[in-house]
This record gives sequence, structure tokens and C-alpha cells, in this order.
Amino acid sequence: MSSSIGADPRPVLIRGATPYGEQPQDLLLADGVIAAVGADAATDPRAADAEIVDGTGFVVLPGLVDLHTHLREPGREDAETVETGSRAAALGGYTAVFAMPNTDPTADTAGVVEQVYRLGHEVGLVDVHPIGAVTVGRKGERLAELAAMAYSAARVRVFSDDGDCVSDPLLMRRALEYVKAFDGVIAQHAQEPRLTQGAQMHEGIVSARLGMVGWPAVAEEAIIARDCLLTDHVGSRLHVCHLSTAGSVDVVAAAKKRGTTVTAEVTPHHLLLTDERAVGYDPVFKVNPPLRTASDVGALRQALADGVIDIVATDHAPHASQDKETEWDNASPGMLGLQTALSVVIETMVRPGLLDWRGVARVMSEAPARIGGLQDQGRPLAVGEPATLVLIDPQALWTVDPDALASLSRNTPYAGMQLPGRVVATFLRGRATVSAASLVGG
Amino acid sequence: MTLAMQPRERAVPGSGPATAGSARTAAPQTPAVPEVRMPRHLLSAADLDRATAEHILSTAQRIEQAMAGREVRKLPTLRGRTVVNLFFEDSTRTRISFELAAKRLSADVINFSAKGSSVSKGESLKDTAWTLQAMGADAVVCRHSSSGAPQQLSAWVDGHVINAGDGTHEHPTQALLDAYTLRRHLGSLDGRRIVVVGDVLHSRVARSNVLLLSTLGAEVTLVAPPTLLPVGVTNWPAVVSYDLDSALVGADAVMMLRVQRERMSGAFFPTEREYSRSYGLDSRRRDLIAEHGVVLHPGPMNRGMEITPQVADGAGSVIVEQVANGVTVRMAVLYLLLSGESDSAAGTAADSVADSAGGLA
Repeated sequence: MSSSIGADPRPVLIRGATPYGEQPQDLLLADGVIAAVGADAATDPRAADAEIVDGTGFVVLPGLVDLHTHLREPGREDAETVETGSRAAALGGYTAVFAMPNTDPTADTAGVVEQVYRLGHEVGLVDVHPIGAVTVGRKGERLAELAAMAYSAARVRVFSDDGDCVSDPLLMRRALEYVKAFDGVIAQHAQEPRLTQGAQMHEGIVSARLGMVGWPAVAEEAIIARDCLLTDHVGSRLHVCHLSTAGSVDVVAAAKKRGTTVTAEVTPHHLLLTDERAVGYDPVFKVNPPLRTASDVGALRQALADGVIDIVATDHAPHASQDKETEWDNASPGMLGLQTALSVVIETMVRPGLLDWRGVARVMSEAPARIGGLQDQGRPLAVGEPATLVLIDPQALWTVDPDALASLSRNTPYAGMQLPGRVVATFLRGRATVSAASLVGG
Repeated sequence: MTLAMQPRERAVPGSGPATAGSARTAAPQTPAVPEVRMPRHLLSAADLDRATAEHILSTAQRIEQAMAGREVRKLPTLRGRTVVNLFFEDSTRTRISFELAAKRLSADVINFSAKGSSVSKGESLKDTAWTLQAMGADAVVCRHSSSGAPQQLSAWVDGHVINAGDGTHEHPTQALLDAYTLRRHLGSLDGRRIVVVGDVLHSRVARSNVLLLSTLGAEVTLVAPPTLLPVGVTNWPAVVSYDLDSALVGADAVMMLRVQRERMSGAFFPTEREYSRSYGLDSRRRDLIAEHGVVLHPGPMNRGMEITPQVADGAGSVIVEQVANGVTVRMAVLYLLLSGESDSAAGTAADSVADSAGGLA
């Protein structure tokens, strides 16, 4: 697969697909860029020997960018590797993913982030951008060498202790201040640790009935409020990971209104599933932050439509079966997401009319690329721009089969569910990583 | 036998909106006689509708009558069947109660304790379930420190699973024995006011009792400091109060829950003394309940903490009787779950109890 990197692929002429779901257009991809659009595409000399892709009925968007992925390598190669995660990403329409640092060893040094970056480059299916840990070993005690990671070959701009909250307010302040030197951003996993000791699921009516320790919404909201104030105070940039409650929406909306430089993400599962899923005690529905209530789900969808929430990020979290097929409170939290994210967004946002395809491009490609500091992702579908895009069949319906997913793990919460929308092809700088809904060379 | 088997479907995760508790299919029934629908597993008191719960209690009553005055206190009903007591958490009292119940029904009983077994070496719940499955357990009595573990287990074994207490979730046979005890003293529970006092947040006994007692028509009042009530308690079929004195006035029964001393470290209440002063049952408070009222405690008691020795051992205390009734009620549950199968052995077993009980219809 790595042999194809660099070699200029054959030009591709996509006929009759609709950029942003608007007007059918021909697109010519050549030399890694969008060489021509519209009537010029078919008449361009480079179209003569181009591979023709019939795009009738398909939507074209810039390649998707996931700001929150767990690739598990190094350390848990039994759950996922950079290669298998890259495959899942490409099949899900992604052209870039940000890999969270909760690996073993932790991605808290230039050495580890460069290793992950290099592995991603070798696989070559998506651009893999490592996220650096904020603190050494993600222990929340002292800052990791953030500048070393920023100036490494991996050019890290996003820092997070994801999985754990940078709960010490002084350390959080220092981190926010420190990353200003290289235009970094702190992606906070907002979870007040004392309020969530032993927490298993959303604290509410269902947790009371099931007898499980509750994870109260306030434990997220209080941290977001504090961090927004800290961000104002030091003039830095904050990104809120997997925002999950209606109250958090209010906090972020208020902060944005007064000018705080805060961005926020929501996961597909928080847009679709509720805490009622815990009723069968199947740990596939255990996730952190937990699934919330139907009214939270409604508020999250509206906030994504309104722009209070900036992006959709998968929090793709593969887990080996022995870490999931166990008692609920012993099970690891997390769900697969890369291959289902777009479909869930279509189901929860596009179909109800909350987002159009321009909106999908914004929340799944353009805004995450901007937040993560990527220059060549999330670009407009225009002549001269990188031919990094995804071709979607919006009418297709498919049933999620855990065994058919590319991830090494099987912990999808959507097993057996019928979802709309299928990725037909993914192009990374002019080269197809996915074609006819299958991996190229895979 | 008038037992109609309606194996209850479990809500399948991922199959659309959760429908737990509403998955029972409507069955033809005559209006006069509500149909008894014994679930396949006893995981929650919510698995029992009123007719089924009353059927279990009246079966227990008939078993008690059948056993009374017998020289050999043993029924041949479950001869050849295997009951596994799978205890991942120490509980000598509950295990002995189930063991005695199964032995009095002539079942073969295996005690599988997590301590010192492969479980403590990291064997998963699923592997343990498959082991039991391979050994052909007809019933698995499961105690576990994780809420929901018996329900997970029920998906992996063919035998009937009985929840013998899971984490802070439920303990349905405790609720059945409490209801049995209450009915012996109060008759029908319709409109009876039962006050449950203490650590509701962490109590599986409270959860099961709220569900079962309200199913049986009782009015349940929960009394606890606000810190020991779950946030979602407002949705329960119970009245909530912070004031024990006023809740006790005229009550038909008061059930004191065990309060673990380690709760103090979680800042649930400041001191034992303050807890005891506000929520402990002493003689003065005991006198507030109705004259015919009774005092229950699931045990083990913290004497001097949630209940004074005078009240625990005094008039109207049915705490010792609860223990005896526990065996009887668990016999009824084992019998009804295991004899519901339509094979000939079960038919014979049913007949044998009917004979022993002198006309168990």
C-alpha cells in the first residue's frame, strides 16, 4: 500500500455527482488536486485517460476529519492498530484523523508522537495527526513537553489528556497559557473527578432504577464553565471534547456569546442514543461521558445545527472483547465510531432537516480541520484545491454488522441497526483509498 | 397445575427503544382469574406482576403447610435437578438460605464461591457461565457485587437464573420474603402503609421492595437523608420523606435498612450519632406505628445504629421470622421456576408437591 504514496495516480473523472448536495457537476481529479469542475472537467485533456466514476445520485463533500480517534497503538494492538483504524477511517469517509494519546506508552513525548505519525504515513490511507498528552503520563501532575511535540515531525497542535480531565485548575491554566506559543489548543475531557467517583452511567431516572453509580451532568458542566473562564483570563484556545449535556450547551453558548475562543464537539452516539440503552446491562453501551437523556439528545442536535457545537467527532474507542464482555462496572468505556459516524449524522441531522450537506461539510470536515490546524484538509471543492474528498450515496440503507467493520474490535452500539448513507469512495490528494465502497488495495 | 408458562423476553439492547418491563406478550385470559406468568428468570421484582407475585406467595404458604409437622422436612420435588449457588460476593446468610431451600426440595446443590476459585484469578463472568452451562445447571442462584451481572449471566446459560442480590440493584427474593412475612401479619397488603428507612441509594433490598410491595397494592414511604436517596427516586412508585417521626405515625410496618459505616467516608452523613438520632428506630419511634404494626430488618443489623436492641428484640419485631420465611419463599421460587418446564420430570415433580401439600392445584 505504501508503494502508491507519491506516485501520481491516474486521473479520475467523477460524473454527475453533487458537490454539497447542490447541483450535479463533473469533477476531474488530477495531479492530486481538483483539476476541473463542471463543463470543463470532461473536456480537459487530462480527462482523456481518466478513470470514470459514475456519481449520479451521489453527494461529494471534502474528506471528513475526525478530531477524536483512539487508534490504540502503541500498546493495545489487540484492540486496534494505526493500520486497522486507518482502514475504518477511510471506509467511513475520513481523510484525516487525530489520534488520542492514551496509549502505552502515553503519547507525551516527541518520540511517541513521531512514531504514531510515521505509522500513519506508512499506512497512507488517512493523514494521522497525533494528539499530545497535556501532562506526563496523563496523570494530571505536571506538563508534558508540549513544545517538543509541537516542533517534532508530527507538528502536534492539539493536546489532551482524554480519558481523564485536566482537573487541577492551575495546571489547566498553565497548559492553556503555554500552548499559545505555538497556536496550540487544549482539548479538555470535561469530567470533575470527585463528582464522578465510580460513576457508571448518566445519573438520573434510569441509573436509580438500575442501581448504578451516577455520572451527573453537572460534573461536565462545571468543568466547561471553569475552563471557559480560564480561557478568557489567559486569552487562549479551548476545545471541549464530547460535550454531552443540555447544560453544557448552555454554558458554551453563553461563553461564545461573550467572545470566549472555545469550540466544542459532539459524538455521533450522543446524537442518537440515550441512557435507556443501559437497561439490558450490555456494556457495549458503556461510554464516557455516558449516554444521556432524550432531552439532552435533542439539545445537542439543535446546538450542532445552530453552531454552538462546532463539530462532530467520533471518539472511536475500540476495545478487545474481554474488556467489553464482562460485568458493566468492570467493562471499559467506549464505542466504535469511524464507519458509522456519517450515517448517524445523516440519520439525526440531515434527515430531520437540521443540517444540509454544506452543514455536514462544515461540522465533519472544515471546522475540525481548522480547529486542528490542518492547512490541506477541509478545503472547498474548487479548482486547484486538494483532491481530498468523499463520495456519498445518501439513499443507501445498510445494516450494521460488527463483524463486517474494519476495526479489530467489535464494540459498535449500532449492531443490527439500519442506517442511511454509504461512503462510495474516498480520495486522499487524488488517490482513491476507498472505491466502490471497498478499500483500494485492501 | 394451573401454571401457564410465558417465558418473558428480555429487552434486546440495540433493538430500538428499550421496552424492558413491557415485553410480556398479551395472553388470552379469563377476566376472573388473572393469569400467572412466571418469568424464565427472577432478575428483578419488576419481572413479577401482581398475579404472579401472589402465586409465589401462596405457593410458599402451601409449602409451609406441607412441611409443618413433617418428621423428614424434605420434599422430593426437585430430585435430580442441579442448583448452583454462584456467589461472587460473600453472603453466608443468603447462600445458606438458598442452599437449604434447594436441599429441602431434594435438588443437588453446588456452592460455587468466587473466593479461592478461578474467578478470583481473572476468569470472566462469561467463562464462568459457560462452565456452568457445560455442567448442566438447572438453576443458577447468583450473588454479585456488580449491578446487572445476573441479567448478563441469564443471556449465557440455559438454566434459570435467580438474582440473589446484584450490586446496588435488586434482591427480589428478599422482597418476596418480606412480603410473605408482612402478609402473615397484616393479611392483604392492599392499601397498607409500609415505611422503608435508611440507605435507599445503595440498597438492593429497597429497590426490590418498592417494586414488589407497590405491585401488591401497598403504599411505600421511603425515609432517608437526602444524600442516601438516588436522584431518580422521584420516578419510583413510592412517597419520599426526610422526616421519620411523621412517616411512622400509624404505619402498618417499618423496614429498617442496614447502613454501612463506611458511608461516612463518602460524606453521606456526618456521624453515626447524627444518623442514628435522625433515622434510627428506637422505642419511642417504634411506638408511633400502628398497634398491629411490625418491624422488619433484612439483616445483618447494626444494633445501636439504625435500630436499638430493644426494638430489634421487642414486641412486633419479625426479624427472626424473616429468616425462616426466606427459606420457604426461596423453595417456592425454585419450585415454580424449575417445575414450569413441560417435560415429564417437571410434571412428576409438580404432582409430588401437590400430593405432599395435600392438593396443590
